[in-house]
Amino acid sequence: MRMNLFQESLLGTALVLALCGPSFAQITPTKYDEDQRLNMESHVGNLSGHASAAKADYRRYCVGCHGDIGDGNGENAPYLDPKPRNFTLAQFKCRSTPTGTLPTDEDLYNTIARGLDRSVMPPWNTFTKQQRADLVAYVKHFSPKWTTEKPGIPIVIPSEPEVTADRVKGGQVLFQKLECWKCHGVEGKANGPSADTLTDDQNHPILPYNFTEGARFKCGSSDADLFKIFMTGLDGTPMPSFADNVKPEEAWELVFYLRTLQPKNDFNAREKAIAKQLGLKPIDPNVPLPAPPAAAAPSGQE
Amino acid sequence: MTSSRGLVGWLLLAFFLLGTFPSANAIPAFARKYGLRCSACHEAWPMLNYFGQKFKDNGYQLMNDRDAPIWQNPSYWPVTFRITPFWHRESTDKVSVDTPAGPNAGLAKITYSGFDLTGLDFHTGGTLEKNLSFYVLPSSDETGAFHFETVMGRFDYLFGSSWLNVKLGKFELDNLISEKRILTLTSISGVYETYHFIPVGDGNIFGQIGDNQLGVELMGHSVDDRTRYSAALISSTDGNVDVPYGSNSYSGFFTASQAFDAGKLGVERIGAYLMIGDAAVTYRTSGGVPILSSGLGNKSFSREGFVGQFYFGKLDFQVLTQHGWDSAWFGAGYGDAPDGGANAAGATLPTGARAPTWNGYMVESHYTYSPQLIFIQRSEWERMSQQACPVGSCTADPMSSNLGNIDMYTFGYRYYPIMTSRAGFAWHNEYSWIRERGAAPDGSDLTSSSLLLGFDFDF
Repeated sequence: MRMNLFQESLLGTALVLALCGPSFAQITPTKYDEDQRLNMESHVGNLSGHASAAKADYRRYCVGCHGDIGDGNGENAPYLDPKPRNFTLAQFKCRSTPTGTLPTDEDLYNTIARGLDRSVMPPWNTFTKQQRADLVAYVKHFSPKWTTEKPGIPIVIPSEPEVTADRVKGGQVLFQKLECWKCHGVEGKANGPSADTLTDDQNHPILPYNFTEGARFKCGSSDADLFKIFMTGLDGTPMPSFADNVKPEEAWELVFYLRTLQPKNDFNAREKAIAKQLGLKPIDPNVPLPAPPAAAAPSGQE
Repeated sequence: MTSSRGLVGWLLLAFFLLGTFPSANAIPAFARKYGLRCSACHEAWPMLNYFGQKFKDNGYQLMNDRDAPIWQNPSYWPVTFRITPFWHRESTDKVSVDTPAGPNAGLAKITYSGFDLTGLDFHTGGTLEKNLSFYVLPSSDETGAFHFETVMGRFDYLFGSSWLNVKLGKFELDNLISEKRILTLTSISGVYETYHFIPVGDGNIFGQIGDNQLGVELMGHSVDDRTRYSAALISSTDGNVDVPYGSNSYSGFFTASQAFDAGKLGVERIGAYLMIGDAAVTYRTSGGVPILSSGLGNKSFSREGFVGQFYFGKLDFQVLTQHGWDSAWFGAGYGDAPDGGANAAGATLPTGARAPTWNGYMVESHYTYSPQLIFIQRSEWERMSQQACPVGSCTADPMSSNLGNIDMYTFGYRYYPIMTSRAGFAWHNEYSWIRERGAAPDGSDLTSSSLLLGFDFDF
């Protein structure tokens, strides 16, 4: 049976639609689809947030950047760097959950109040707790992922050990071994050899974190926040999770070393003092890592 | 009749056309800098919401790392202009008029209407560097004559603490209910009566807390702005430059407030303020004319009050009470030398003169239907509790107990057909009514009203 040109075109179009349809549906969210999820809830402590209650607040405070349908294409998006979060992808940088999983409601709740450093997202700590919980639910309603997947289980953060010279040195070794310097630079100045080539999942250029500027990290300012960042990764960015490569006790060592790269602040007095005492110099990637001691004493026991 | 029908038709047409503008949505200078819509900081511009108040308290900073101007596009220029062309109808029920019986022998109700303009404001503000803020506001009257309404520099977060911020210059006192962000525009309701009340015959112009003042202010707040305080030392010049009054007269203005999280209702705030001041009442003279800046004999005055901002979802109430007290010297008319309220050193008080005292009350409510439509109502009452010269004393000017009392009511709405992070536009419609006891030329009550419809816009 031979098909004429019209029939061939029709079949071709049908095939293209059949193949691309589902992906169009995924990448082109509609207000209608989202409205079906306005019953979305969030639960933070004793608070229950309701997406429908946050509609007005989202329109008042958020829509200019994140857009009407939460796709990060608000009127200001073209002028912003980094770009506003695309909520329809349900992919978030600041999480307590493993890489690739959804964050907890509390993660989103904290992000709203804390804001995101190195972006125009301000700390919205003027909202009431209820407003924040409602907004969390509203953020979730933009993606169907929240109806089919559960948030990841938060990683366990062991209690922070004492800062010692060995741990700071151990962290420096890790910094070289994990090749953190390739993006963040040997002095943490965000000028590593790969720094200029980085892009996020949306293919937008992205800069690595510059440790020598300020005390805040993207997702908080405490040692535990920093621990979380490299153990969960910043999803959607080139910053991976090191949970599979780094043991928790090593992660603390890396935290302590990274603190030495920051200017003096409220959080790094001990680390800075130890770095000064040790005369700690920036790593030299060309110098091989020291061999691990044959029978090293447990960290912290000098 | 035909013409008024035509006017109504024209206004309806304008309203219809405005209603068909595409809905978009911010505040020009700051909004352009941060990419936030005006609704992020304003309940309805120019009135700040809680986030906007925090932004202001932080020295026009969001407190992320993008506050320093180095982060801005070099072509960014932090300037906003604002002006309001409008149509209004003004009416005063008792105006002295000449009659065949002689000059000013009669009283008449005068009503007029027509198209008009407000003055033009050029707002420029922001940061010169992280934690170093500024605000400069050259403002004109409706004829285009400019003055500096605000000029100030501010060090923010001294020693890294949100509790220590210092500004110097001419600025608005830390009034939680800000007159500079008032939502009403008529000739009657464009200011808060309570902030400007001066008893009849009183010469103290220095206690008007609604006027921007020259001085220095220490201000602090918790990181989330729930707790706020401020203390300002200002020259007793009512914000006028060149120290035209007493050259060594200062006043202090102190505020403190606390906000509470009320769950679904919103954030509620209560606060108190106190102004205590000194100002000259007598002057050296030259040829009988007061020498400005040569004030002598400073006398005291005070204003203290309570403020509340209460939210019930879309409905909010702003409540203010104020008690005022002026030295008997002010009550007797001394104080405002350039306006004739001066006397040579050695002047004495009239017999029986007392310190005038009064109380003011204000309730303003808003129903914010959406960030693009707000309904406004305000009532103000000023009540004298002690006249400077009550009947039976001060033989020259006895005063009835309610002389100068004011009742003011206004209601209206503002509709923002466009609200973007680039410009603001509001259709403003408002009616105001005021009665001043004993203020008519014949000593009876004076009543005035004002109706305004206009385009309030900024860019």
